[in-house]
Amino acid sequence: MSIRERLSGNEAIATAMRQIDPDVFAAFPITPSTEIPQYFAQYVADGKVGTEYVTVESEHSSMSTCIGAAAAGARAVTATSSAGLAFMYEVLYVAASSRLPITLACVNRTLTGPININNDHSDSMGARDAGWLQIYAENNQEAYDNYLQAMRISEHPSVRLPIMICQDGFITSHAVENILLESDEDVKKFVGEYRPEHALVGRDHPLAVGPYDSCPFCMEHKVMQAEAMKNAKKVILDVAADFEKTFGRRYGFFEEYRMEDAEVALVLIGSTAGTAKACIEKLRARGVKAGLVKIRVFRPFPMEELARALQNVKAVAVMDKSEGYSGCGGPLFAETRSACYDLPSPPKMIDVVYGLAGRDCAVEDIEKVYRHLLKIVETGETGPRYIHFGQRSNQEEVL
Amino acid sequence: MNKTMTEIRWHGRGGQGAKTACLLLADAAFASGKHVQGFPEYGPERMGAPITAYNRISDLPCTIHSNIYNPNYVVVVDESLLHAVDVTAGLDPEGAIVINSPREPEELRPLLRGYTGKVCTIDARKISEQYLGRYFPNTPMLAAIVKVSGVLDPDRFIADMEASFHHKFATKPQVIEGNMSCLIESMKEVRGL
Repeated sequence: MSIRERLSGNEAIATAMRQIDPDVFAAFPITPSTEIPQYFAQYVADGKVGTEYVTVESEHSSMSTCIGAAAAGARAVTATSSAGLAFMYEVLYVAASSRLPITLACVNRTLTGPININNDHSDSMGARDAGWLQIYAENNQEAYDNYLQAMRISEHPSVRLPIMICQDGFITSHAVENILLESDEDVKKFVGEYRPEHALVGRDHPLAVGPYDSCPFCMEHKVMQAEAMKNAKKVILDVAADFEKTFGRRYGFFEEYRMEDAEVALVLIGSTAGTAKACIEKLRARGVKAGLVKIRVFRPFPMEELARALQNVKAVAVMDKSEGYSGCGGPLFAETRSACYDLPSPPKMIDVVYGLAGRDCAVEDIEKVYRHLLKIVETGETGPRYIHFGQRSNQEEVL
Repeated sequence: MNKTMTEIRWHGRGGQGAKTACLLLADAAFASGKHVQGFPEYGPERMGAPITAYNRISDLPCTIHSNIYNPNYVVVVDESLLHAVDVTAGLDPEGAIVINSPREPEELRPLLRGYTGKVCTIDARKISEQYLGRYFPNTPMLAAIVKVSGVLDPDRFIADMEASFHHKFATKPQVIEGNMSCLIESMKEVRGL
């Protein structure tokens, strides 16, 4: 029986952590994820968890602490945002290549500079090639549910990769909303104990972690790591299926919203999906066949499945909440466009870079994007492929 | 957008508790069975700077995650903001604005940039200082917006808040009575209904 509550996204993650009671929490605070270690410190002080709470001097050290703890065989977690995640980059790769299933709650915030504390996805998108699994949430409920599924995916013997559970900074992390929680007992039962096959602590299977890997072996290890990322797809779906059976809420690689007959569609990540759903209802009431694909799993990227979801759509706007500075569109656009390359008749596709550094995106803004897609369908002209949207500008507006 | 949804925008100054009042309203609405959102708009906050917070209260789940541009109601926790911020921007003329002020509503209307809807005032300073001995405007403002908006049943609201205060102030029960008096008096004294 689920428990009806109201919590912010940060409280939801801290609650999931308390229920799971991990072995080690390496803590260094940064806005907007600060509340997670703050709430958790209270649980430690109140004796509600048995976790070793390690306060460190930087994010490089918090991730290094997680690496040491995970290598020893412990379940290790941390939380961070923005520049904190950037400061971890060197060791993010160490965690992934050492095949250590660490769970990181990433509360997405733009990367400096200029200095800004608000939401976009540039922090985790900057870490997209680090070898971590990445799962994103639309709201506090999904942040909680994704966190409950994280360790079973990450620790699975065919995966053994670290995982980032991402949510939108402030927009969901600091918004109090209704949520369904599960009981401590049910959560513990679902997540289960962590029993690593190999660990530094224990004499039966001695091993080294993080040694020099010479040329005759190193590429093989990197290929095995790439295979593990591919293996994660099956595990993600298996865990989601068990989650649905246990708690009744359904998850996949992405959520398709009103896609059954959609002619125009958005592909995007995170909290904007909810705003887009409200817009879709408004447009559908006027007969517009609008749909949405909300990406939940970005690493591994669900390439074939996404192509199938978009194969009958006439025009697609990928909405990137991070710039990427490639000169030709953001990271979600690159992946989505690549996914559709093998379709017999791929949809017309544009990239709309929006919401940078907390720029708000309302229902009316989403409607402009759909109107632009309808114009593309009507004229048959795709026009500019790479558009910025929502900024003040002297240029003529494309949307 | 469903008609059963009420959207409220709070204007305050950093340190006055507008965010807390917004979250308390979300709590009270949640307790009465509603779907709620309570969220502040964040930036480089410091004491005294203008801040904004928002509530969505609905019988149905609300998926929208943007700020509120066309609120049904606006609450102004600090009267001096009327000169600094366009507090009635996008405000529904069928709704209302509630301002913390000892003045009569019609005295303030000229400052509201042509807003034609209902204007209400409440002297939150007087009530707070009388019952709490200090200036905490958020509790009286919370009660005033509940009264003006009718978004919650008043008796249920008072009962839920009492339970919430007993939980929140478990370590300092002496402040519960004062806070309850603030709520009850504010609902009686709000002007311009």
